[in-house]
Order: sequence, then structure tokens, then C-alpha cells
Amino acid sequence: MSLISIKNLWKEYGENIVLEKLNLEIQEGEFCTLVGPSGCGKSTFLKMILGQETPTRGTFLFEGKPFPQEPSVERGIVFQRYSVFSHLNVLENVMLGIELEKSKFLGKLFGAARKEAQKTAMEMLEAVGLASSAYKYPTELSGGMQQRLSIAQSLVKKPKVLLLDEPFGALDPGISADMHTLILDLWKKNNLTVIMVTHDLHEGFYLGTRLLVFDKVRHDPQAPDRYGAKITYDIPVGDNRKSVYKEIDKSIKREENDNEA
Amino acid sequence: MKKLMNLRPSRGTAIFLGLLPFLLIVILYVFASDARLAENPNDKLLPSMHSFVEAIDRMAFTESKRSGENLFVQDTVSSLQRLGLGVFISATLALLMGIPLGLIPYVRSGLSPFVAAFSMVPPMAILPILFIVFGMGEMAKVALIVIGVTPLMVRDLQQRVSEIPAEQLIKAQTLGGSTWTIVVRVILPQMLPRLFDAVRLTLGTAWIFLISAEAIAATEGLGYRIFLVRRYLSMDVILPYVAWITFLAFLFDYLLKKFTYKMFPWYTAGKENK
Repeated sequence: MSLISIKNLWKEYGENIVLEKLNLEIQEGEFCTLVGPSGCGKSTFLKMILGQETPTRGTFLFEGKPFPQEPSVERGIVFQRYSVFSHLNVLENVMLGIELEKSKFLGKLFGAARKEAQKTAMEMLEAVGLASSAYKYPTELSGGMQQRLSIAQSLVKKPKVLLLDEPFGALDPGISADMHTLILDLWKKNNLTVIMVTHDLHEGFYLGTRLLVFDKVRHDPQAPDRYGAKITYDIPVGDNRKSVYKEIDKSIKREENDNEA
Repeated sequence: MKKLMNLRPSRGTAIFLGLLPFLLIVILYVFASDARLAENPNDKLLPSMHSFVEAIDRMAFTESKRSGENLFVQDTVSSLQRLGLGVFISATLALLMGIPLGLIPYVRSGLSPFVAAFSMVPPMAILPILFIVFGMGEMAKVALIVIGVTPLMVRDLQQRVSEIPAEQLIKAQTLGGSTWTIVVRVILPQMLPRLFDAVRLTLGTAWIFLISAEAIAATEGLGYRIFLVRRYLSMDVILPYVAWITFLAFLFDYLLKKFTYKMFPWYTAGKENK
């Protein structure tokens, strides 16, 4: 059984059709990257998996059951920004996930349970390379470190799928390369299923196991919202042919130029 | 020569410049007072420094002949009690209402128009109602502060809650938080320093309502005293009282600011970066 199973899925906002006739199966352990021109609905798609948005119609199954219609522990998320808690230090940020689960009333652990949570959180911080900053507040961290923290926060919950919404888009190229190594390493070690949205085709092409390109196939210049995007390419990564890369790059760029024109 | 907008005073100069307006106003007062008193030694409008010292000594350092109590201390204590209680109740109400209003769409739909309308009622206009309902005692004065200040704080806090990035609230849900635990662990801790900010901002308004209520019906209090001695044109008492109230307001603002810095290091660190 697929982890995520999508058949004939549509997403519309009134007259505006964002996604049309989407078909997709995602298996456990896959690392999918989603690319496409801006406004092609890749973020909307991620939001539907997260539970922030619901599809207009179609089959949309998570482990064979309908998707929960609000964010929940099965799906971890790392946004581009703002996904760490500024009032907690690094260690407390990671502990929060454990505390919210175990303490239903106060959301806070004490005594031995707290020690245990601290230990688990510390191990997680070591895995993402933040152990030395455990007692700093997020405002004292660089952008890359904040993203490491956000990943650690999510992983401590052992989510069935980890969603990444342009997580490295705001980082310097050097830092972003470090983050690629980190996320691939974590993915292999923890048997994660990852779905990542990115606007950087290069990133999407070389990271993960499967590249999905979202794009509008039909285009009506008089009514640009009339047709939604579909998945135009679904290729296993490892298919590193330059020609394919150039072809996709060209199709995305053309679309973006159209949008700007 | 640099442009004026790029010139920065040294620390010493900055302190001197800061003190200058205060100094000027004192000098100006002394001259004006001397001029008036030279013309009419019984003038009450601009009393001399000497009569201020006498008045302060009489009010603050000697016991009242009639009641045997120190009027200045008594006035200060009862005013501060009213102010403190009023602001405390308002802040508590603001937390209890502002967080649900900002976070829960159902509460917002149900209560937001009411709170918006209620905050438009001029509190001074319903002061007579408060006196009728609560009598002339302490309750009416505290209630005026609460009614005047709470809507401001509630709306401020509601705004702050709705400014929490949606990403954080979604993240907290993916970490297993329920509405309640997210309030307790994410919203409330982030709102506390903002509540202290709201208290600082509304403290001036609270003083207005306190002094107004005391002016109308009270038997002691800083506002009561000012309005009482007005009958005798006692500028020598009024002006030191006004200075004292101003000083107290400044002191509370300063202490609240220091307290917020100390209690919530993460909050102020984030602010400095902006």
C-alpha cells in the first residue's frame, strides 16, 4: 500500500483552478522533490498534504485512509521561516514535541520524565549538529542553524512523512549545501519519507530519489486561471542526464517569463 | 563639516541637552514667580520656592492636625492601591479575553464586534452609573479604571495573538499540541511580555481615570487632594502633587520595562534585532 495515494485530484478557489486531474502514488521511504514555476500550485499541494488546505474533489488517501483535515503528528513540517519558538531555547524547542505528547494538560514535564525528554532532545540536537547551542535562544542563531533546529523539532516526533517547504530558500549557497548533506544523511539513517518543495531546480534534481515537476499544460492567455497545473515530469533522480535537466529548466523558465509578461 | 543629520552628540553633551529643557523651565518659573511676587506678595498663582518647601513639609513630613495622619503618604497609598488593583484586574481580563479572541475563530466571530463597540463607550460618561451601582466607595473608582483600560488591553493583546506567525501554530500542531496545550506552552508565554508592554502603554490612561474618579468622589487620594486645595488656589500644594504623580508614572514605566527585560530575555533580544 502506498503511503500517499492520489487519484484524479482537483483544487480550485472559485473560478481559479490551481491543480487539475492529479494522479500520484508516494511510497514509504521516498524522497520527493517538487519543483515548478511560481504560482503552479506546488505549495498548495504541500499544504493539502499538511492538512492546512483540503482538495476540492478527488481521492486523497494517507495510508489508505482519508487525510486528516488538520495538521497532526503524522506529518512533520519545516517552513522557510518562523517555525521555531522564539520564547524557548534550542533544547526546549526540541523537548516541546515530547512534552506536548506526554503531558496533555500542562504540556510540560517534570522530574524524571523531564530528564528523559532532555536526553532524547539532546541526542536529536547532536544528530543535526546543534548540541553546542542547546541553551541559546533562536534569535541568537543564524538562519541555517534555525532550520537545523526546525528539522530536529520535527524529527523528534518520528513523523511518517516530513514536509519541507522551501526550507533552504533563504540561506546562503554554502550553508544550503551543508543542509543538503544533513537532510540526506538524516533521511538515510532514519528511514524517512520526505516531500520537499523547492524553487531551485538544481536542488530538486540532485536531492532525493524522485523529482516531480508541476506545470500548466494548457494555457489560455485570455483566462490564465482557467486551467490548473499538472505533474509534467515524474522522474527518478539518478537520471542525471543533462538533456532532461535542460528540458525541464527551459519549460519552467518559459512559464515564469509568461507569468511576468 | 558634516550634515546636521549626521552629527551625533557625545554622551556628556547628550545628558546636558536632555537636562536643559528642565533647567530652563525651572529658571523661567523662578523669574516669573519673583516678578509676580514683587508686585503682589500675596499672589497665589506662582508661589516661590520657599512656599513649595513649606507646603511639602506640611503635607509630607508633619502629621495632620485634624486626623493625626500623614496626608501625603495616605493620599499616595490609597491612589496606588486603586491604580494597582484596577490595572491588575484589567491585565487579567485582557489575558482571559485577548488570547481566545485572537486564536479561536468562533470566539472572535462572537465577541469581536461587541468588544469593538464596548471600547467606544466613553468611560467618563458611565461614571455616574458606576457611582449609582457601586456607591461612592473604592469599587466605583477601581471599576472606572477597569472599564477604561480593559478594552484597550484586550484589543492590543488580540492583535498580538493574531500576529503570531501561522507557521508556528501549524508547527505546534504537528508536534502534537491541542488547542489548550498550544495556548499554555506557545501563546501564553509569548503574550506575557506583550501584556507588560500593554500595561506600560495604558498606564497613562489609567492615571487619567484614577484622578478623574478621585476628583469627583473620594475622601483621600492624590487626585482628591489636588481638586480639594484648588478651592484655596493652593498652587504650592498642587504643583508638587503633579510633579509627584508624574514621577510615579515615570517610575512605574521604568520598572515595568526593566522587569520585562529581565524576565523575558528572548523577547527583548528579538526586538533589538529589528
